[in-house]
Amino acid sequence: MRISTLFYTLRQGIRNIFRNKLFSLASIATIGACLFLFGLFYAVLMNFQNVMNTTQEDIHITVFFELNTSEQRVREIATTISRRTEVSHVIHVTAEEAWEEFRQTLGDHAEIYGDDNPLAGSDTTPSSENIVVYINDVAQQRTLISYVDSIPEVRKINRSDFLADILSGVNSLIAYATVGIIGILLLVSIFLISNTVTIGISVRREEINIMKYIGATDFIVRSPFVIEGILIGIVGAITPLVLIYLLYNQVIGYIINNFTVLAEVFNFLSVDLIFQTLVPVSFAMGAGIGLIGSVTTVKKHLRV
Amino acid sequence: MDRHERRRRRKRQMPDDDIIITMENVSKAYSTGAPALNGVDFTVRNGEFVFVVGDSGSGKSTLIRLLLRELVATSGYINVLGYDLNKIRHRKIPKFRRNIGIVFQDFRLLKELTVYDNVAFAQRVIQVSGKEIRRNVPSILATVGLAGKYKAKPRQLSGGEQQRVALARALVNRPAILLADEPTGNLDPNNSWEIMKLMERINENGTTVIVVTHNREIVNAMQKRVVTMKRGVIVSDEEKGGYLDED
Repeated sequence: MRISTLFYTLRQGIRNIFRNKLFSLASIATIGACLFLFGLFYAVLMNFQNVMNTTQEDIHITVFFELNTSEQRVREIATTISRRTEVSHVIHVTAEEAWEEFRQTLGDHAEIYGDDNPLAGSDTTPSSENIVVYINDVAQQRTLISYVDSIPEVRKINRSDFLADILSGVNSLIAYATVGIIGILLLVSIFLISNTVTIGISVRREEINIMKYIGATDFIVRSPFVIEGILIGIVGAITPLVLIYLLYNQVIGYIINNFTVLAEVFNFLSVDLIFQTLVPVSFAMGAGIGLIGSVTTVKKHLRV
Repeated sequence: MDRHERRRRRKRQMPDDDIIITMENVSKAYSTGAPALNGVDFTVRNGEFVFVVGDSGSGKSTLIRLLLRELVATSGYINVLGYDLNKIRHRKIPKFRRNIGIVFQDFRLLKELTVYDNVAFAQRVIQVSGKEIRRNVPSILATVGLAGKYKAKPRQLSGGEQQRVALARALVNRPAILLADEPTGNLDPNNSWEIMKLMERINENGTTVIVVTHNREIVNAMQKRVVTMKRGVIVSDEEKGGYLDED
């Protein structure tokens, strides 16, 4: 394609937007709303995942063993478990180490035991020797537990189901809500762009007919409308990005100043970190919406 | 050349060197109503000037639209400039149409563009280089007598001038065939004559011209080949003919 043709196509695409101001604005506003919500949910989701990543670093299960399980066997089981993908790392806690830790908790009351280790177990009581298994992904805790539970020597598993379930549930909820709302808005955006392009085609019907008689190719006739759609999508992406950039710092600042508890618990991500992904994704989504909306319409209404 | 010879050449994809339009037993039926064309046989030689005349509904416009490959014949064979219009691939139609210039009764100029840009438009959309456009457009505007009005918008021109712009746009890509669908329909007698004289000059320079018209005076005066159509069939085809009287 000649450079002059490229510029001609671009000029025509831009002219189409201005010829059809009202619908172009409506399309830009809808794409803007869609991408604004997307950006908002994305920022929340990223921050929440950051919190989850930080929190789940502490989520672990503690595995206790049946009577007469040798320390050698416990070490073997620890090694096998540590090789699983959902496992971050495993700590083997001997009965002595368990008692040492518990002794700290008991304080002065621990003195009644003297040099004995009540957690060492006896012929009838299992020892408190255990392994602590740290998890990579909180959502995989159940899978891990069912595996560990199937090991014959395992007597008991202590776990933090409640926290894991909440974290994993909220994460899924935010993700589903994001996908649902964005899906609806994407469809509305595509529909509006399609309408804008349809009106553009009817406004330019005469010109299109002349182009066909002269011998313009399908590409030359159709491309200005596709350019129009893509430009609307890209322009639609700029406004929400600017808005989110300005709003994000304000909101985080407000939370830090007014909700100190939250600020201590949550480690908020910087806007720059969020924008590293949000900017290219928003532009790609805007251009993609424009492309899909215009290409489908042009194919339907512009049989050259 | 008889029909068998034409068929033989067609099979070899070799139309008669001199014949640039061939229609053999062409019919065109729309989804409703009587056929618009019914078994039309028609040939045009390179460099001819042909009037196609007939009442409204006689099939003239259908004939033009078939020659442009805007419509596809229901049956029969159409070859224009070596293109078999029944078999031509969709993506080759634009290239085919670049060999044909067309003007309409209502000029169909782009109102917001200047005279220069209306003509340049025809070259831009087929990706002619800017340098060639700057060379070709002034030249063709001079040919149609509008060199001094290249900056004017269509609304600032008379009907005759607008039709000249349309002619310049049709000719700027140097088509082999010029199709004119009622080119004088919206013009007064003086402007009609000027346009027809201009088309005659264009024809003398080698372009084949086919004019669909109702203008009896012009047809009778110009003494060119006249093809008369009635109810979808050709009822007469005369060299140096005239407009047939109503029966």
